[in-house]
Amino acid sequence: MTALGKVVRTTAFKLSAMYFVVFSVFAVVFVGWISRETDAILTQQVKDSIEAEIGILADEGLRNGLTGIVAAIEQRSRAPGASLYVITDSDGHVVAGNVTEVPPSLLKLSGLDPVTVPYKRLEADTGRHVAMVQVLPLPNGLRMLVGRDISEIERIRSVVGRAMVLGLGLLICLALLSWFFVSRRVLKRIDSVSATSRQIMAGDLSGRLEVTGTGDEFDRLAQSLNAMLDRIEHLLYGLKDVSDNIAHDLKTPLTRLRTRVEATLAGPERTEPYKAALEATIEESDQLIRTFNALLMIARIEAGSPDGAMGPIDMATIAAEVAELYEPVAEEAEVFLALSLEEPLPMTGSRELISQALANLLDNAIKYVKSGDEREGHGTVGVTARREGDEIVVSVRDNGPGIPAEDRERVLQRFVRLEKSRSQPGSGLGLSLVDAVTKLHHGAISLSDAGPGLIVTLRFPASD
Amino acid sequence: MRILLVEDDRETAAYLLKALKEAGHVPDHAADGDEGAFLADANGYDVMIVDRMLPKKDGLTLVAEARAKGDDTPVLILSALGQVDDRVTGLRAGGDDYLAKPYAFAELLARIEVLARRRKPGEAETVLRVGDLELDRLSHTVRRAATNIPLQPREFRLLEYLMKHAGQVVTRTMLLENVWDYHFDPQTNVIDVHISRLRSKVDKGFAEPLVHTVRGAGYMVRASQ
Repeated sequence: MTALGKVVRTTAFKLSAMYFVVFSVFAVVFVGWISRETDAILTQQVKDSIEAEIGILADEGLRNGLTGIVAAIEQRSRAPGASLYVITDSDGHVVAGNVTEVPPSLLKLSGLDPVTVPYKRLEADTGRHVAMVQVLPLPNGLRMLVGRDISEIERIRSVVGRAMVLGLGLLICLALLSWFFVSRRVLKRIDSVSATSRQIMAGDLSGRLEVTGTGDEFDRLAQSLNAMLDRIEHLLYGLKDVSDNIAHDLKTPLTRLRTRVEATLAGPERTEPYKAALEATIEESDQLIRTFNALLMIARIEAGSPDGAMGPIDMATIAAEVAELYEPVAEEAEVFLALSLEEPLPMTGSRELISQALANLLDNAIKYVKSGDEREGHGTVGVTARREGDEIVVSVRDNGPGIPAEDRERVLQRFVRLEKSRSQPGSGLGLSLVDAVTKLHHGAISLSDAGPGLIVTLRFPASD
Repeated sequence: MRILLVEDDRETAAYLLKALKEAGHVPDHAADGDEGAFLADANGYDVMIVDRMLPKKDGLTLVAEARAKGDDTPVLILSALGQVDDRVTGLRAGGDDYLAKPYAFAELLARIEVLARRRKPGEAETVLRVGDLELDRLSHTVRRAATNIPLQPREFRLLEYLMKHAGQVVTRTMLLENVWDYHFDPQTNVIDVHISRLRSKVDKGFAEPLVHTVRGAGYMVRASQ
């Protein structure tokens, strides 16, 4: 594409060209109309005054004859802005009047309508003037010509013409200015949007569009696009996280699995060790599958494609059911499970996912209160669900060892397991899933100190 | 049982066919959807195991077409997609049960045996009996040898499900799905604890245990005679 072609294709050029054409047509039509109307009015005025003059002179002629007319002409010629008067004999010689030269052919006309003719006013007059005249036959072959100078009208015409040229020039300037403004101020921002998009497409996800703070459409567009980019970046890092984690945390058990099989094959060919190794392999692969499923599940929830339909659910019922599922587990672990539920607690969500999140929390609480049990008295896990304003608040608290404040944010990440929990079975994905489920339900998760122990609190918007 | 296995992966299919034969069943194999539909039409089966992703005709279409033709053979759908919404689509297409890959063979076997049995009439029995254990679905009471056994509502449903499938292996996942209606996998083996509690109520103090653990598979309620 040529440079000119590029310019012609820009929106700024198209817009400016369109403004120019539209306003030019408007200006030409408008000025043309005004000049035509003015012209017509002025011409009519001249005609009227010529007719009036003729009327007066004709009256004079009737009263005092030709002498009267000549006297009247001479008197009238002296007045400022006088009309033009000529009386000629039948041969066309000027007998009286204030005009020296008129086209001879003119006097042969005897029309009653005024015509426009050039004339010379005095002997010394070198310029040529234009007048509108009417010729009138008098007795004895004489002719009288009465006219008025119309250079006034001509001047107005030329003024209008100049105005038109000037106006069009101004319009071109304005079109150029608007081109400049639109391309500089407005389209530059669109260009910057596409430039940033290209930069982001090239792989730099940290790029963001400029928000000027004027609150105009471009700012709003930039804000929406930035929010979209934040989300994409978050998802992408989530994905990157997952692949990093898979590489790191799944390779370890896979290596263990492979090593065991290899070592067994290298050992004595007896049924006993073979069987033991195969059983251990199945167990290990089951754990791997579980971890893998949990990872996929979290990724899917975080991507916002929920499993199962979101529908009206009752948090009190769900909490009661999950607590009931874990009640024998708690009892076996000699942990006291205390329930405090307000009913009903209606909200929108997935029973399956919320149940799973609560199950993970209870699972953790029972597990860790048990490990803390050695230090002090009886382990207690409390589940409460209540309404606070327009929020539904569910919390699971234990009086176990708790989590140090600096680690509370970190344990929500995938595969993060605190040193002291390494002795407990688990994938390090339980709290990540709770976090993902909470976010999917537009909720918030917070971990705090129960002194001693941990309280995990989930807040969800209630539905009425 | 006559079983139709529609599975395109040769190795999986060969392994499953062998294992099904060893479990005393008569399996047929189809390697793609068209062949599966043909065999299902030509022969009557007690149960069909259909992989969801198949060449020529996918598993869900196969099942939906069979259902449209009035074929009500129980179908277990196998799939690498294991999320709840995939399960829902699978069941909506006409599948009776859904199992996510990878699965334990014991789980598959337990499920198809329960599926095949489900077809038989007599499900509406109001009183379930296994040995001297008696469960009344109407009055919600459980008695064993004239002794009344008080159970919690969930324990009652757990026992009811086990007794309904008396003599069959019932896996932990099946219990979690059917008694609790949860499709996730709890980290702790919660089911084991529930079963041991139930067992202490039903079997404690009686000479013959009725609730049995099937190693590597699940549980079974069964009387010795």
